[in-house]
Amino acid sequence: MSPILFYLFAALTLVFAVAVVANRNPVASALCLVVSFLGLAALFVGLDAYFIAVIQVLVYAGAVMVLFLFIIMLLDLKAEERRKINLPGYVGGGLVAVAFIAQLWFILGRFTAGHAPFPPLAQENVDDVHNVGMTLFSTHNLPFQVIGALILVATIGVVVLSKRELK
Amino acid sequence: MTLTLNHYLLVSGLLFAIGFAGVMFRRNIIIIFMCLELMLNAANLSLVAFSRFNLVNGLPNYNAQVLVFFIITVAAAEVAVGLAIIVALYRARQTTHVEDINSLKF
Repeated sequence: MSPILFYLFAALTLVFAVAVVANRNPVASALCLVVSFLGLAALFVGLDAYFIAVIQVLVYAGAVMVLFLFIIMLLDLKAEERRKINLPGYVGGGLVAVAFIAQLWFILGRFTAGHAPFPPLAQENVDDVHNVGMTLFSTHNLPFQVIGALILVATIGVVVLSKRELK
Repeated sequence: MTLTLNHYLLVSGLLFAIGFAGVMFRRNIIIIFMCLELMLNAANLSLVAFSRFNLVNGLPNYNAQVLVFFIITVAAAEVAVGLAIIVALYRARQTTHVEDINSLKF
């Protein structure tokens, strides 16, 4: 991936992630999150993970965000009025986040394996979906079926939760 | 100026830190939920970066990409259940503000 594209999409992802946190209006936050996910999908394309990039756009930027917007509209949330400042949250969260970034910076400086440039792929065009599918259905077959059961349970759980009264 | 694994790990860490800060800063439960999604995506980015930089027979390590696939699936299920809980909560208490929901507070 060309460095310019990397910096462009990384900046897009991070700036709109900050906008998600900074926006007072939940709808604006959700739309910023969509742009952030699209930037992340572009980074996945740069890492030759085409299947994951497509899934990211379809599932996250598509399904999950539509669900979020739908619930925001359903609950009819207004932009939240300014309440009293949540000082312990700001101080604690800010401190831990800054400490985390500082630690990461320190560790990445010493992580020599991370200084290597992109290793070249064996083929020019990787058959990405085929390879992911082969790994998914051979090595990780049981977890795949467990995921199917999980989604079934989640679907039933959602139906039960959204019933008005349980009988 | 060449891209290295560290560039991707740094972006992933920054994204995680932003998501974490959002969970701590905001008091709207839906925004907190969106910040959780940001943190999950930060983990996905570092997994895909590791997969691309640790080649197996000249191909990316697809075990990591399958793990990302699982994370996305579980996150989608989690969003569905979480939003259903938020709707049920809104019906009972008419609020999405976490400070108004304190029945279990010591």
